[in-house]
Amino acid sequence: MRGTPQPLALVLALGVAVLAAVPAGAQTVVGVTATEIKIGNTNPYSGPASAYGTIGKVIGAYFKKVNDEGGVNGRKINYITYDDGYSPPKTVEMVRKLVEQDQVAALFQTLGTPPNSAIHKYMNQQKVPHLFVATGATKWNDPQNFPWTMGFQPNYQTEGRVYAAHVLKNHPNAKIGILYQNDDYGKDYLKGFEDGLGEAHKKMIVLRQSYEVTDPTIDSQIVNLKNSSANVFFNITIPKFAVQAIKKTHDIGWKPVHYLNNVSSSLATVLKPAGLEASKDLITALYMKEVTDPQWRNDKGFTDWVAFMKKYYPEGALDDQANGYGYNVAILMTHVLKQCGNDLSRENIMRQAANVKNLELPLLLPGIKVNTSPTDFAPIEQEQLAKFNGEKWDLFGELFDAFRKN
Amino acid sequence: MDIFIQQVVSGLATGGIYASLALALVMIYQATDVVNFAQGELAMFATYICWTLIHAGLQYWAAFVSTLAIAFVGGVVIERVVIRPVENAPILSIVMVTLGLLVICNSIAGWMWTYVQKPFPSPFPENPFKFGNIVFGAHDLGEIQVTLLVLLCIYLFFRFTPLGLAMRAAAHNPVSSRLVGIRVGWMLALGWGLAAVFGAVAGMMVAPVLTLEPNLMGGVQIYAFAAATLGGFTSPGGAVLGGFIVGVVENLVGTYVGFIGTELKFTVALAMIIVVLLVKPTGLFGTTVVKRV
Amino acid sequence: MSGSRLPRLVGLLSLLLAACALPFVLSNFRLFQFSQVYIYAIAILGLNMLTGYNGQFSLGHGAFYAIGAYVSAIMMDRWNIAYGWTLPVAGVLCLVVGFLFGLPALRLEGLYLALATFSLALAVPQILKYFEHWTGGSQGIVLSKPNAPFGLKLNPDQWLYFVTFAVLVLLFWLGANLLKGRIGRAIVAIRDNHIAAEAMGINTALYKSLVFGVSAAYTGVAGALSASVIAYVAPDSFNVFLSVTLLIGSVIGGLASISGAVFGALFIQFVPNWAQDISKAAPWAIFGVFLIGFMYLMPFGIAGGIRLLWIRATRSRVPQEGRSAVPTQAHTTT
Repeated sequence: MRGTPQPLALVLALGVAVLAAVPAGAQTVVGVTATEIKIGNTNPYSGPASAYGTIGKVIGAYFKKVNDEGGVNGRKINYITYDDGYSPPKTVEMVRKLVEQDQVAALFQTLGTPPNSAIHKYMNQQKVPHLFVATGATKWNDPQNFPWTMGFQPNYQTEGRVYAAHVLKNHPNAKIGILYQNDDYGKDYLKGFEDGLGEAHKKMIVLRQSYEVTDPTIDSQIVNLKNSSANVFFNITIPKFAVQAIKKTHDIGWKPVHYLNNVSSSLATVLKPAGLEASKDLITALYMKEVTDPQWRNDKGFTDWVAFMKKYYPEGALDDQANGYGYNVAILMTHVLKQCGNDLSRENIMRQAANVKNLELPLLLPGIKVNTSPTDFAPIEQEQLAKFNGEKWDLFGELFDAFRKN
Repeated sequence: MDIFIQQVVSGLATGGIYASLALALVMIYQATDVVNFAQGELAMFATYICWTLIHAGLQYWAAFVSTLAIAFVGGVVIERVVIRPVENAPILSIVMVTLGLLVICNSIAGWMWTYVQKPFPSPFPENPFKFGNIVFGAHDLGEIQVTLLVLLCIYLFFRFTPLGLAMRAAAHNPVSSRLVGIRVGWMLALGWGLAAVFGAVAGMMVAPVLTLEPNLMGGVQIYAFAAATLGGFTSPGGAVLGGFIVGVVENLVGTYVGFIGTELKFTVALAMIIVVLLVKPTGLFGTTVVKRV
Repeated sequence: MSGSRLPRLVGLLSLLLAACALPFVLSNFRLFQFSQVYIYAIAILGLNMLTGYNGQFSLGHGAFYAIGAYVSAIMMDRWNIAYGWTLPVAGVLCLVVGFLFGLPALRLEGLYLALATFSLALAVPQILKYFEHWTGGSQGIVLSKPNAPFGLKLNPDQWLYFVTFAVLVLLFWLGANLLKGRIGRAIVAIRDNHIAAEAMGINTALYKSLVFGVSAAYTGVAGALSASVIAYVAPDSFNVFLSVTLLIGSVIGGLASISGAVFGALFIQFVPNWAQDISKAAPWAIFGVFLIGFMYLMPFGIAGGIRLLWIRATRSRVPQEGRSAVPTQAHTTT
């Protein structure tokens, strides 16, 4: 198995193809047989980033549902997912295993910016679809140079620009303090925000404070930000630190206009632990329905998701936004595969991935649609601002559309 | 000046977190001569047990005390069952086993309680105390007191009880201890049990600030190591002081040393510890173990 | 000893031949995995010199691995220098850094040394991110895999396999000569009883710092090789767990044993993969069980375990040699 030389595999594939009388052109299709299509994935199931691992699992659960309902065009999805522990060298190893040994048709939702950066070039050299990567970096939307890689969620820089536009419009004389995580994620937000402010950022931003993801607390940074006399606070933190930041800001009596990044917009895991009183008037940009927000309790998309979770992924947490995220993206992938029809060649998978028009996903905010084209590899580019009223996120203003504005 | 004092206060609060786990590390080192890399994860696990008990309907303090009891038994059992087979192996083999425990605890906790962070209650009042412009978090103050209380207990235990003496003897010189009738094996187990209890206290004090998740103690343990190294692994008081020093110095460096800022403050704190070690190779208050050649 | 030399030589030679034949039997993916094993083995041998032979604990060798990788990556990326030249540069640089770190480390023992080196491992990712201009910050540096030179009909994976294997053989040969000779005996003597060693005229300070330097150089070369094999460097590749993993490799493989480095490398490369094949719900838990299980079965590591078995099998012949072959326990107290 391990040493199967290429020709033998080809002969086998050919034989199977002929026997199954698959339409012409399918002889050389890798990872596809008459009855199944292989999709590969890496996720951190161990190590410090394993909180994200649930995305890989919920995707598997969704594909099981698809298979139970007959699969895609008669083919079952064979979903192979490996643990990379969020370590780029391990990602390279696991992805090579998926591509060269397991011979998957496409790679889907590999997680994390550094892991995906490590395989970016490889995937494009191998010409294997590298679809809907789970990272908010900007570089995945580059069809010219990397025609085999595509992002998924609105990127962090775009979101940063959304806040910047809001600040410029409503608080043109603001003094801004920023807290950010010292890695690719934090710096992307920071860059988008600064770009959005334009030249004005030099005088508007009065203090930037960073923290490491391994730091236990961020008290000191908040104290410094308050002391900088900033009256606008851009909070670029993951949930663990967002709780502390909101609480501490409240405790020391600092009352800035508080922008919180989308990453930490969960009611159940961030706002409630931080205190609903302290969380009041937070502003964030949303593109998904927040799964613990009471306003969606009777929403069809939400109730469908809950029913799915209970049946196919009962051990998964219902207050974990990541499970909603994985559900959305798995539906998108299934949509692309369906759209491929019977031609599941890598070229066609990529062609169809770049040809999604106005697709609505059950847990996207109303009005937000997935759109891609051969020159636009950023599926979701719309976001909407929301303000927390002590109970739920109040959406306000119109949809911000990065694609339209550029 | 206000900012300086506020940074010191906040440094003490953070330092208290480091100190609480550092105490558990020092405890087990004193009692068994082993550095336990799983200490933080055991503390995290105990905190999850407390969370489960609270959610099963127990009062906070009832859950707190039950958790301590469970942690103690758990610690003893782990020593008897997991550590015992490698008791006489090289020290690094024991360290490997504690690393194995670390990854097992972390993974099992994620599997049992998911990785979604959970709010954890604090026994202290919610509203902060204010003195002029300086704010003290009520939980921070309470936590520091608890840490000092644990320190006092450790001191009294080792200094004034026969059991404490026997434990120190067992760790220090197992052969002679056996000769005077100390049951060395059980002393080691007791050491693990007590360290697990102090770890559990640390976990339950830390969780209200950091929110409970399987990686609760990952970062804290690194700092706790730094604190214990700085203060001296043989001195509980030193470890606590070490925690406070690390917390405060890190804050002041991040605030006042412009070119370093927050991006390198941790590196600076580490460099400082190495410099201290060069002057005092066993930490500020550590004692050198005299070995006969 | 002389009696066992011939079979040993034959064994080594056949291993060498087998390793050279692998690229023509295995898939590229497997070759990539074995290249990684060789890289880890070099790094672990370096750590083993310091920790196993010399009794200086290090929890910070990931830092030297990172320095080696970044030196190589920056040279290739910025100045287009061929990867081959970056290896000696990375080695020499790590030698110097290790030696300099080794000097103050002389004052520290056991636990305190381990934690001082641990700080090094912790600080490195933060420092890498700070010097963004050179290191590409948290985005890292993407590299290209080198092609085989001289028109050899080898693909990059096969070629890199041979390169890593050649470096492995060279460094193991050098290491074996160093450790088995006069210097090696001095290094071990310092570990077992540094006062007695000093009394015998061994300059312990110099030796200890030198071992630190050489150890760092080995790990640095391994890091430099990894930059080419992975074709990517980023701070996330060199976190604390790398240092811990290297230590796990050296203890599981067998401290103070040259072949142990290879066993350790095989363990850290393949056991995590088995663990996740068994359970995706909690792969770390399975890995932890493997780790503890190995320590129970072979408290002196795999090399130590094999040696014990060998001794037991041939006990009647060489009883006294057997006992000394088991690594003695150094530093039970600190």
